[in-house]
Amino acid sequence: MALDEYKPQKGGSELETDHQFKYVGTRPDRPDGFDKVTGRARFGADMYAPGMLHAAILRSPHAHARIVRIDTSKAEAMEGVKAVVTRADFSKNVPFAPGMAGEFWNILENVMAGEKVLYDGHAVAAVAATTPLIARDALKAIEVEYEILPHVTDVDEAMKPDAPVIREGAADKSVPEGMHPNVVRYHESGHGDVEAGFAEADLVIEDHFTTEATHQGYIEPHACLATLGSDGKGELWCCTQGHWYVQKVCAALLDLETANLRVTASEIGGGFGGKTTVFIEPVALALSRKANRPVKLVMSRSEVFRATGPTASASMDIKIGMKKDGTITAAKGEFRLQGGAFPGAPMEFTAMCAFACYNLKNVHQVGYDVMTNRPKQAAYRAPGSPMAAFAVESVIDELCNRLGLDPIEVRLKNAAREGTKASYGPTFPRIGLVETLEAAKAHPHYSAPLKPGQGRGISCGFWFNHGGETSVSLALSEDGSAQVMVGTPDIGGSRASMALMAAEVLGIPFEKIRVTIADTGSLGYNEISHGSRVTYASGLATIKAAQDAVRKLRQRAADKWGIDVEAVDWVDGCAVPSGPNAGDFDPLPLAEITKNMGATGGPISGHYEATPEGAGVSFATHIVDAEVDRETGSTRVVRYTVVQDAGKAIHPTYVEGQFQGGAAQGIGWALNEEYIYGPDGRLQNPGFLDYRIPVASDLPMIDTVIVEVPNPGHPYGVRGVGETSICPPLAAIANAVSNAAGVRLRDLPMRPSRILEELEKQQGDA
Amino acid sequence: MPEVHLWSGLRALAGGREVVEVEGRTVGELLDALVAAYPALKEPIEAGVSVAVDGRVIASALNEPVRPDSEIYLMQRLRGG
Repeated sequence: MALDEYKPQKGGSELETDHQFKYVGTRPDRPDGFDKVTGRARFGADMYAPGMLHAAILRSPHAHARIVRIDTSKAEAMEGVKAVVTRADFSKNVPFAPGMAGEFWNILENVMAGEKVLYDGHAVAAVAATTPLIARDALKAIEVEYEILPHVTDVDEAMKPDAPVIREGAADKSVPEGMHPNVVRYHESGHGDVEAGFAEADLVIEDHFTTEATHQGYIEPHACLATLGSDGKGELWCCTQGHWYVQKVCAALLDLETANLRVTASEIGGGFGGKTTVFIEPVALALSRKANRPVKLVMSRSEVFRATGPTASASMDIKIGMKKDGTITAAKGEFRLQGGAFPGAPMEFTAMCAFACYNLKNVHQVGYDVMTNRPKQAAYRAPGSPMAAFAVESVIDELCNRLGLDPIEVRLKNAAREGTKASYGPTFPRIGLVETLEAAKAHPHYSAPLKPGQGRGISCGFWFNHGGETSVSLALSEDGSAQVMVGTPDIGGSRASMALMAAEVLGIPFEKIRVTIADTGSLGYNEISHGSRVTYASGLATIKAAQDAVRKLRQRAADKWGIDVEAVDWVDGCAVPSGPNAGDFDPLPLAEITKNMGATGGPISGHYEATPEGAGVSFATHIVDAEVDRETGSTRVVRYTVVQDAGKAIHPTYVEGQFQGGAAQGIGWALNEEYIYGPDGRLQNPGFLDYRIPVASDLPMIDTVIVEVPNPGHPYGVRGVGETSICPPLAAIANAVSNAAGVRLRDLPMRPSRILEELEKQQGDA
Repeated sequence: MPEVHLWSGLRALAGGREVVEVEGRTVGELLDALVAAYPALKEPIEAGVSVAVDGRVIASALNEPVRPDSEIYLMQRLRGG
């Protein structure tokens, strides 16, 4: 069947399971490799403009304070200072609304404080000057008078009746009456009768778990170059996961027409969800408008920690009942997440993902979104899911230990399958959890002997994945090469995947295709690169755009041969007659058609715009071996295997890289990384010296197994892979460490001091 | 007529019902009908919801079709990292 003849099958599936791939599934060199190795790649801070100014932001030293007065006059009078902005320089037309309905207002409030500063590092004012040094000096000349208010940075403390109120009226209608105003959203879901289920169990374990906020830790700090004239027209170059979103938000925050602001995404040095919103871009634009000069603004690492979005921290209570044969009879979870001084902590995903791996008759989950005096949380790979897996999979591990059951067999016994009613409601279509568990069980790692002092941990994980608004254009050149323009910044190797999918449809080599990230003026709207959506959604759009081009190529061949286009097939990069009745013509290669395209009907290109909604959910199973030094509390991960369902791996090397990256970040989250606040509410460790992310010497080689259970919602079966890989690590590592130490670790990170505390408690109990 | 399952947090806004029946041939028509029948649902729906139709989670596309016998669950809007 020709690739342009996809017909939705029963159930809306477009999957072509019998297709023999020529390019998809191969491992060509990465197309961005040369640029990145040689330094040619242009990141956020690499752009310059004539007459450019340098900006700096004044940030609050207090966790919670009322701004009584700001006097910028001395700074404005300094030589070299060209503009100073405060909240007064932004739109007055962004409405406040409770919960997520007021997201733009919350973004504006986060970008530049209004009446109060809400966390240590909150922006108060900004300066643009002729040099970075003058800009920083000018910050010191800005006088701010604060009335310091009581603060709270812990999620459980923030829910107590006497906790300071961060903002009245921020709660939406989902919150039950009687809760503290800091609880701003509430989620409850589930089915069955959990109490009856617990009564059926032979063993019920109820436990409490916590995780700390961690930062995505991308290597490139936020940076942008903004130009905005008094005519309301502007250009913005910035490091982002979604430049159409940046365009939309900046336009709203600065009262601009959206189309008058053209945004170009730079090369990106990591995002992991943390670059799905704006922090400095509206500030640079406001300064540029005021100074009438281009303005460059680059965050320091300290600013990244203090004032961009880490993930939420969590406090969780889990109760699970199990029969002696391993059947889970009921499960219940309560998840309290703080997401900083704004609504948005992803507690609904924590709740919905918590038990999604299992086929449960009785399940109930509750989530609370709680505000504290911390920076506004941002997405971080599968937002909300890793902490849920940590708590739930720890309890399942403990149940297996106490009942003497094999942890993979128990998970297989209870695993969600096609037709299972998910813990969050709907019935699962075709999914691949069982296949990941079977592959993990068969992996040599699972049966390898452990050394003394080592423990093994298993965990499953789940993430939804996403589709979203997507546009792709593909243009053929006269020499038969092709340019593909996508609108989703490449945060995980998507340019290679797009080129492979286009090569598959067009039938030309990967090397003849160049994929670029188009700016907002060159393509229709594209949703952010988030939700593991890019290889799925932009990939689907690339396939469709290439099919559109192929239709036109077939038409040119049909015109040349004087036959109907329906009598022309496209096979291996050539137009061919569809059968003996179509006529006897030699195959007509793509380059033969394009070399004369100007004279045979004009340029040939392909387009596709849609909101694909067939992103398949994804599951993973991780195996971890860890060892614990009982004298120092030091922990080391000695072996790690990731097994994950990718649906179809377009470029397996990148898929493996996503698996490894999720595991590596999970190791940091589990063992070392945490936001540490002092009693004054100020962040104590805003730098990589004190906020310890894993380095290469901390990590074992992370083995990977790609499972391919095709997603019916994508022509090639693709499922997103970028996020699921960070769901199981926290639990898998905690289970390994707990089994090695002989004591259950319930709080992350499992830093040495915490492990020693638990070991001392164990000795005391003994 | 399609049955729409509400997550527990929405039920208080729909007269305590877990499942409601509303007319609609598309996701968008269903959401409009829900707001018409239960005006208190307007705020959470406008804040953003996803709709699972026969196990497929529809995050944005209001033009996605639904059948009278489709399994439909309202979910909080998906966001990712």
